Amino acid sequence: MTAVQERPVGGSLVDQFELGLDAPICLTWELTYACNLECAHCLSSSGRRDPRELSTEQCEAVIDELQRMQVFYVNIGGGEPTIRPDFWHLLEYAVDHQVGVKFSTNGVRITPERARFLASTDYVDVQISLDGATAEVNDYVRGPGSYDTALTALRNLQEAGFEDAKISVVCTRENIGQLDEFKALADRFGATLRLTRLRPSGRGADVWDELHPLPGQQKVLYDWLIAHGEDVLTGDSFFHLAAFGEKLPGLNLCGAGRVVCLIDPVGDVYACPFAIHENFLAGNVLSDGGFQRVWQASELFTELRSPQTGGACAKCSFYDACRGGCMAAKFFTGLPLDGPDPECVRGLGESALAGERTVPPASRDHSKAAPTRNQPVMLTLLSRPPVSACAESPLADYAPGAPEQKGCCA
Amino acid sequence: MSDPQHDPILDQAWVLSPSVALRPEPFGALAYHFGNRKLTFLKRRELVVLVETLGEHPDVRSALVAAGVPEVEYGAYCSALHSLAGTDMVRPRTREVAA
Repeated sequence: MTAVQERPVGGSLVDQFELGLDAPICLTWELTYACNLECAHCLSSSGRRDPRELSTEQCEAVIDELQRMQVFYVNIGGGEPTIRPDFWHLLEYAVDHQVGVKFSTNGVRITPERARFLASTDYVDVQISLDGATAEVNDYVRGPGSYDTALTALRNLQEAGFEDAKISVVCTRENIGQLDEFKALADRFGATLRLTRLRPSGRGADVWDELHPLPGQQKVLYDWLIAHGEDVLTGDSFFHLAAFGEKLPGLNLCGAGRVVCLIDPVGDVYACPFAIHENFLAGNVLSDGGFQRVWQASELFTELRSPQTGGACAKCSFYDACRGGCMAAKFFTGLPLDGPDPECVRGLGESALAGERTVPPASRDHSKAAPTRNQPVMLTLLSRPPVSACAESPLADYAPGAPEQKGCCA
Repeated sequence: MSDPQHDPILDQAWVLSPSVALRPEPFGALAYHFGNRKLTFLKRRELVVLVETLGEHPDVRSALVAAGVPEVEYGAYCSALHSLAGTDMVRPRTREVAA
């Protein structure tokens, strides 16, 4: 550990976490970039398998190392991890090596048989992604049929006796109004609801402007989270909302490179799951001497663990609560890393977004080259035709300068 | 219990739960319970030594002495043990185990 010499004894956990740990406490491992879906807001721009994907043996070696480092559990994701042919083998291998697994899936491979297998294992948590409490809202961003797939998986898990599955929801402008419905859905399946923040990472950058919650919705979300407390998981992703008042349960701290990191399908190690970009690449488990070496000695992580200045936020009376928000959200919206979060609840992000900024180009993209039938079509149907069916004029509905007028028969 | 320096726990035999693994950290240790999957942080090295060696001593008091904890702090360490017991990180040693 590089920072040992200056580490104070005692103090708050957050103070200790800022200086980093000998091993992560929240490690995400994306097993594959391949995915059956093409969600509009995919953090990892997944779709196609990367030909350099770690082999089964290489994955086992990573698990062996996690066991040696006493990383007690890992969050497995993708892509869609279950479509890797060796997924179930790796799951068992991890559990047999004292590395518990929580995996995120869209549910496509959670058949009744697999659900029974999962119900029989210890140390395995299943997290089904769902971004709308109704098919209409969910499929709009996750693609046609994805709602039914997720609900079938939840039903299979419940019928197999799997307890306490998680339903993981990315909060958007479209679904903030459905929080109670999500909770009811979770209760119906004996599951726990997990709400996370929409990040402008990966393909999320393309849809963030359209989908990120509006300022008024942020307050609705905050109040809802306060009211539901520890019953709802958040992955500590809403600490930027702490400036509304009391802190939310969990760590109110950016854990990137300090207590959190990501291993991607080719073994690249990034500071956090929302920062798959060359600027946040710490090293590679194959070419840089293993995960432990990257975690403990990489230049990037050492820098992230060094004392940070609050920059433009340091003078804010809420700085202790939100600590400037999410590094990835700032980076991918082209804001300075030592300034306010784009969704700063005091509105400082909005003014920063309105100023001059350059959104960084994506540096990693595994999106499918040609769209498939699973691709979401982010268009909403008009409730009535744009112009009346009985309008005969070729210039019907064309009224330069006039306010928009639609239909006449309604 | 009114006098924290004379918590009855001081005369009891305790042990680190067998389902718990301790991961050393620069500030102390991270304790993980494989059964209930709870994570707890032990923020002082003396507390780490104490919970690791509880099982080797006839009672909590002698474990505290061996860990070099000053007597004035016994109360604080006893309440730490109580809160760790809340998630089964440490537990009283049963007679069967002791026998």
